[in-house]
Amino acid sequence: MFRIILFATLLAASQARAEDTVALKPGPELDTVTSTCGACHSLAYIRMNSTFLSPDGWKAEVTKMQKAFGGPFDDETAASIVKYLAANYAVTPKP
Amino acid sequence: MPLTNDPRGPRGLPKVNPAMRGCIASAGPVTVPGTNENTGLMTVMLRRSILSGAGASALAASAAHAAGTKAWLSPNLPDGTRDIASMGSLPGKHPLIQLSDRPPNYETQIGVFRTAVTANEDFFVRYHLADIPTMADLGKWSLTIGGDAAEKPVTLKLADLKALPRVEIAAVCQCSGNRRGLSDPHVAGVEWGYGAMGGAVWGGPRLRDVLAKAGVKAGALEVWLDGADGPVLTTTPDFQKSLPMDKALADETIIALTMNGKPLPHMNGYPARVVVPGWTATYWMKHISNIQISSKPLENFWIKTAYRVPANMFPVEHPFASQNNATAWPITEMVVNSLIADPIAGARQKTHGFTVEGVAWDRGHGIKQVEISLDGGTSWRPATLGKDIGPFAFRTFSFHTGKLAAGDYVISSRATNNAGETQVEKLKFNPAGYHNNVPQRVAVTVA
Repeated sequence: MFRIILFATLLAASQARAEDTVALKPGPELDTVTSTCGACHSLAYIRMNSTFLSPDGWKAEVTKMQKAFGGPFDDETAASIVKYLAANYAVTPKP
Repeated sequence: MPLTNDPRGPRGLPKVNPAMRGCIASAGPVTVPGTNENTGLMTVMLRRSILSGAGASALAASAAHAAGTKAWLSPNLPDGTRDIASMGSLPGKHPLIQLSDRPPNYETQIGVFRTAVTANEDFFVRYHLADIPTMADLGKWSLTIGGDAAEKPVTLKLADLKALPRVEIAAVCQCSGNRRGLSDPHVAGVEWGYGAMGGAVWGGPRLRDVLAKAGVKAGALEVWLDGADGPVLTTTPDFQKSLPMDKALADETIIALTMNGKPLPHMNGYPARVVVPGWTATYWMKHISNIQISSKPLENFWIKTAYRVPANMFPVEHPFASQNNATAWPITEMVVNSLIADPIAGARQKTHGFTVEGVAWDRGHGIKQVEISLDGGTSWRPATLGKDIGPFAFRTFSFHTGKLAAGDYVISSRATNNAGETQVEKLKFNPAGYHNNVPQRVAVTVA
């Protein structure tokens, strides 16, 4: 079942990529972000929510997508996404 | 999506919605603001009609609009939101401010809010999840009513709903997250400005008359609501909400089949949506397709985790007791609020003066007065209220400044309802950015 879900997710993501005109900043994790986040929603959500979340704030959002919204991605993928968002769309935490 | 006791609904193969492709068109930037030419039919409850004289005039397009500087966006939105927002087009709609096209989240341009009734073409669009039925799908629509507190399950067609006594009610439909993007500090979510709301005259049977088709048992606690739209993946919890019985059975709560005298637009819930006057739009289930009359509280992400406000932070007259806990309540009744639609921030005005126009609304007590300040909230003078079309509706207001000395002005509006509640001076910050009713600060230059 999980493999089927993943396959369908990637299928959806490839369709999403074809439609989504929202440009995100380059980075080694960009493909993962595009295929995983873009499976369910426009990548506009990422830029819309910038720049004000801290790296921890982005981590909470990705965790919500994984746990509460049932995003079919593993913890390693989640960590990659958080790394990308923290590097490109987060504010530096106040000391 | 079927309502079941499993908040994620039945498990199965993930759905990839083919309907979305080609369904939502995304246009490039449009710098000409939409005009609110459709005055609509303004009616009050129980079919009593009055003619609308409002809204016929075109918007005064400011120089800022024409310059394409996104003057139609609040300067207080996050930078990324201002970057990503564009004028978008949806079938059958005037240009709306597009925040995302999948799922579709489009807000109404601020200049539209000079009338108590918002034209269907200008009405905002908000979906949580991207699997939205096509109009062809909805042609096969039916409404199933069941649940452990229903006498007998029934399935109703559109004709069955049309056969019930019809009422009309003017009511404001406002997204809970309207103005989230103005929260200070910013909070995550769809970063709405001022336009995730609209006022319409909704027509259809009372929800209680529809529920009576199935029969409500004595032990009924909540009415669970589900629409025909759903998530892209079956692992995502379907969007379902519930109402307490007293609000479900209230006079004002209806299943709307018409909006301003016309069938509901596709993206506003065609062919039928629940209308819960006084409450935020999260309960106004679009494409309503399944209702469960239940002896138990609904348990899912959308009601237990999302759409919550800190307990006791905002006034609530009729608590949603079965969903309240010690620290957090579901967001329900709207707070008293107002919006200046004209002028917009950054406008240049003449010294002979100008008229401040907008709307005010609350949770159903009705608006008692609106005051205007030209000095950032130091002094206030009363505005003239427009026609009262019902306690749940927008109330228009206008205020002529008279002659003004050249200089910079900060214009604010402040509404008070018939319960004596007034807009707050300082934001009641909450983690989801709800219920922001701090008066606007519209900076204009008089020269």
